[in-house]
Amino acid sequence: MDFINSNILTIVTFTPALGALLLLFFPRSRAKTARNFALIISILAFLFSLHLVAHFDSNASGFQYRTDRAWIPSFGIGYQLGIDGISLFLVLLTTLLTPLAILASTRIRDRVKEYFLFMLLLETGVVGVFCSLDLFLFYVFWEVMLVPMYFLIGVWGGERRIYAAMKFVLYTMAGSVLMLVAIIALYFLNGKATGAYTFSYELILAAIHGGKLVLEPATERFLFLAFFVAFAIKVPLFPFHTWLPDAHVEAPTAGSVLLAGVLLKMGTYGMLRFSLPLFPNMSHLFAPFITLLAVVGIIYGALVAMVQPDMKKLVAYSSVSHMGFIVLGIFSFTPQGVEGAIFQMLSHGVSTGALFLLVGVIYERRHTRLIEEFGGLAHRMPLYAAFFLIVTLSSIGLPGMNGFVGEFLVLLGTFGVNKPRGVVAAAGVILSAVYMLWMFQRVIWGEITNEKNRTLTDLVSYEKAMLIPLLFLIFWMGIYSNHFLRPMDASVARLLSQTGKREIQYAVAPALQP
Amino acid sequence: MNIPPVNISSILPAAVLSIVGIAVMVAEPFVDRSKKTLLGWLALAGVMAAMLAIYPMSENRGQWYSNLWIVDDYNIFFHVIFLLIAGITILTSLDFLEREEINHPEFYSLLLFATAGMLMMSGANELIMVFIGLEVLSIATYVLAGFRRTDLKSNESALKYFLLGSFSSAFFLYGVALVFGATGSTNLIEIAEALRSSSLQITLVYLAAALMLIALCFKVAVAPFHIWTPDVYEGAPTPVTGFMSVGPKAAGFAVFIRVFMTAFPQIQDRWISIIWMVAALTMILGNVIAVSQTNIKRMLAYSSIAHAGYIAVAFASGSRRGVSAALFYMLAYALTNLGAFAVVTILSRSEDKLTNISDYAGLAAKRPGLAALLTIFLLSLAGIPGTAGFSGKFFIFRSSVESGLLSLTVIGVITTVVSFYYYLYIVVQMYMREPGEEFSDLRVPASLKIALLIAAIGTLYLGLLPTRVLDWSTTAALTALR
Repeated sequence: MDFINSNILTIVTFTPALGALLLLFFPRSRAKTARNFALIISILAFLFSLHLVAHFDSNASGFQYRTDRAWIPSFGIGYQLGIDGISLFLVLLTTLLTPLAILASTRIRDRVKEYFLFMLLLETGVVGVFCSLDLFLFYVFWEVMLVPMYFLIGVWGGERRIYAAMKFVLYTMAGSVLMLVAIIALYFLNGKATGAYTFSYELILAAIHGGKLVLEPATERFLFLAFFVAFAIKVPLFPFHTWLPDAHVEAPTAGSVLLAGVLLKMGTYGMLRFSLPLFPNMSHLFAPFITLLAVVGIIYGALVAMVQPDMKKLVAYSSVSHMGFIVLGIFSFTPQGVEGAIFQMLSHGVSTGALFLLVGVIYERRHTRLIEEFGGLAHRMPLYAAFFLIVTLSSIGLPGMNGFVGEFLVLLGTFGVNKPRGVVAAAGVILSAVYMLWMFQRVIWGEITNEKNRTLTDLVSYEKAMLIPLLFLIFWMGIYSNHFLRPMDASVARLLSQTGKREIQYAVAPALQP
Repeated sequence: MNIPPVNISSILPAAVLSIVGIAVMVAEPFVDRSKKTLLGWLALAGVMAAMLAIYPMSENRGQWYSNLWIVDDYNIFFHVIFLLIAGITILTSLDFLEREEINHPEFYSLLLFATAGMLMMSGANELIMVFIGLEVLSIATYVLAGFRRTDLKSNESALKYFLLGSFSSAFFLYGVALVFGATGSTNLIEIAEALRSSSLQITLVYLAAALMLIALCFKVAVAPFHIWTPDVYEGAPTPVTGFMSVGPKAAGFAVFIRVFMTAFPQIQDRWISIIWMVAALTMILGNVIAVSQTNIKRMLAYSSIAHAGYIAVAFASGSRRGVSAALFYMLAYALTNLGAFAVVTILSRSEDKLTNISDYAGLAAKRPGLAALLTIFLLSLAGIPGTAGFSGKFFIFRSSVESGLLSLTVIGVITTVVSFYYYLYIVVQMYMREPGEEFSDLRVPASLKIALLIAAIGTLYLGLLPTRVLDWSTTAALTALR
C-alpha cells in the first residue's frame, strides 16, 4: 500500500503520456482502434485517480500521496508531487473530463491518431500542474501543456483556428515567462536567506512563514505581480480575457471542454497555491484592485454574453463571468469565500463542460452554432432539451444544483468583507439567468422555424454516455455539497492561516503607494 | 633559444583533422567521379578519430608549446561541441553535394580545416594563436560559403562574408598589436598580470579591448554587427549555413569568453556593460526581424542572431554559472539547429528551390516523421520545457538573475515570447495548412537519418536529463575562470 500511495500521483499523471507514446505506434488506418485505446487509457487514469479520493485523509491539512525524488540535484530541482484538499478534486475533474472529451470526439475524422495523442498529452500536462510541489516542475508542466492545446486548436479547430491557436499560445507565454523569472528570483532569494538552494515549494513556503526569508516590499511586489499576471491571463481575469472567446470558438468541442473545464482552473489554482501563501502581504495589498477587476469581469462577461449570436461564444463569455466569481472568492480571504471558489472551480468545470458538449452535439448535426439558426429543438430532440435545461439551470445557480453552492459561498464570503462588491457580483447571478435562459428559449422552445431543424435526431448512445456523468455530478454536488467541501476544510484553513492578515501589512502599505 | 618540448597528444584532435583533410585532398584526383562520396565518409572517419583523440589529449592537461596552447576542461568541452558539429555537418552534406552536382571532395577538406581552426581557437592561450585559428576557420568558411560556384547567391554570400570577415580580422589584429604595445605580451595570463600593475597606459588597453570586442562581435554575429548574417546564410549551401550558424559562432564565443575572462578581468566592469547592451539589442533585433521573414534560411539566420544574444546574456553575467550556462547553451543550440538545418536540407531540393516558409505547407500530412522532427527542433529553439533549448535558456536566465541582471532577463524572456511566433508559424504551415508542394519525391538517405537521430536524441536528452552535461560544463567553466 505504501508503494501505491507514494507512486499513485506519478501513475495518474503519466498513464496518459504512456498511452500517447503507445499511440505513436498505431497504424494510421486504424482510426477507430486508436480512439478506443485513448478512451481506455483515459478511463484507466480516471480509475487510478479514484484511489486518491478513496484514501484521502480529510483531516490532514498537508500534502498527501507524496513523491519526492531528485531530478536535477545540482540545481535543487526535485521531482516532487503531492496533493491536498485544494488540488484533490481538480485532479479528479481533469481525469473525469478527459474521457468525456474523448467520447465527444467520436466524429473526428482527420488525423485521428494525432488528435488523441495530443488529448492524452494534455491530460498529463494538466494533472502534472495540479500535483507539482516543485516550482520548476510546475513551470515545466504549465508550459508543456500549451503544446497539445496549441495543436488541438490549430489543427482541428474552426475557420480562424490558426489565429486563435497563436493568440492562445502567445498570451499564455507572455504571462508565464515572467513567472519563470520570478521563480528563479525566488530561488535565489530563498537560497541566500536560508543557504538551501531549492525549487521546492514547501521549503520556500516554510522559509517565508518561518521568518527566515523576508521579502522586501518592492521585491515581493515584483514577484507577486509576475506570478499573478501569469495566472490572471490563464483565468482569464478581465482585462486579460480577449484570447478566451477566440480560443473557445475555434477549438473543437473536446478542446473547449478541457479548456473551460480544467485549463482555466490552472490560473485560479495557481493563485491559491502560490500567490496567496507565498506573498500574503501583496495579496492583501492588491486584493481591492483584483476583486474590482473580478467584479468588472463578472458584469462585463455577462453583458457581452447576452448579445452573442454564437452559442459557443456566449458560453465562453459566461466563463469570463463565472471565473470572476472564483477570483472574487479567493481574494475575500474568508473560509467561505475560498471554499466557495474551489467549489465553483469544480462546478464551473462540470457545468460549462456539459454546456460545451451540448453545443457540440448540435454543431455536429448542423455545422452551425448561431442561435438564430435554431428554435424549437424540443420538438425533435426532447432528451437533448431536458439535458440542456438541467445544465442551464445549474449554470444559473439554481438551488439544489452545483452552481448555487459555489456562488452562494463566494457571495457569503464577499459580503462579510466588502458589501458593495458582493451586491454588484450578485447582480451578475441575475444577469447569468438572463443570458442563459434567453439562449435556452431561443434554441429549444418555440416552433421549428428553420426547415433544416426538422430532420434532427435526438442524442445517440455515446452522447448520452458523455453527458450523464456530468448531470449526475450536477445534482450530487448540489445536494451533497459536503462530500466535496469537507476534504477542503483542513487545507483551506491552513492556506488562510498562511495568508492571514498581518499587522505588518498596514505598516508597509503606505510606503508602497506610488 | 629553447625549442619547446613537442607534445603531440595535446593537439592530437586538431592534428588528426588536418592530416585527414590533406589526405582527402591528395586522394581526390585518384578517386573515380562516381565514388567521390567515399571521401566524405573518410572525412567522417577522421572526425570520429579526432573524437577518440580527445582521450589522449585530456591526459595531457596544462599549457604546452611555450604556453601557446592550453588543455583544460573548457577546451575539451569545446572540442566535443566542434567535432559533433563537424560530424553532423558531414552527414548532412554527403547526399546534398551529390544532389547539387558539386560533389568535390575539397568540400570535406575545407570543412575539416575549418573545424581544426575552431579547435585551435578554443585551446588558444595566446592572442596570436587565436588569430591563426580564426584565420584557418574563416578562410575555409569563405570558400565553403561560395561552394556552389555557378550560383549567384552563393557567390554573393562568399564575397560578403570574405570582405566583412577580413575587416573584422583586421580589427582583431589591430587590437592584438595595441595590447602588445601596452602590456608587452600576447599571452592571456601575462596580459592579465600586466593589467594588475598600475604602470601602464590603460587607455591603450581599453582601445585594444574595444577593437577585439568588435571583431569578436562580428564573428559571433551579434547586433549591431550582425548585418552580414542573413545574406550570407541565405546564399551559402544549406549544410554550410547550418555549420556557420553554430560552428564559427561557438568558436567565436569560445575565444570571446576565454580572452575577456582570462586577460581582461581587471577591466570587467567596463566591457561587461557593453556586453549587456549588445545582448539586449541582439535579442530584440534578432527576434523581431525574424518574425517578418518568408525564407526559412533567412529566418533561421535571424534566429541564430537572437540565440547569440541569449549566449551574450550568460556572458554578461560574468560569473562561473554564466559561463557554464553559455557552454551548455552552445551545445544545446548546436544540436538543435543542426537538426533543423538537416530537415531544411532535405526539403530544399536542388538549387534551394523550396526554402520559403510557405513551401512547408501541409508537410505533416505527407511526411509526418520529418514534420515531427522539425517540430521538436523548433520547439527546442523556442524553448519549450522538455527540450534542450529550454534547459539552456533556463540555465542562462538563472545565471543572469543571480548576477542581478533582472531587466536583461526580462528582455530575454519577453523576446522569447516573440520567437514563439515565428517558430510556431512554421509548425502552423506544416500541420495546419493544406499541402501545396509534392513531397512524395523526397528521399531521406541513411546519412541524413543518422544526423537527424543524433540531433533529436541530443535535443531530448539535454532537455530531460541535463544534469550530467551541466555538471561537466560547470567544471569546464571553472577552468576558464581562474
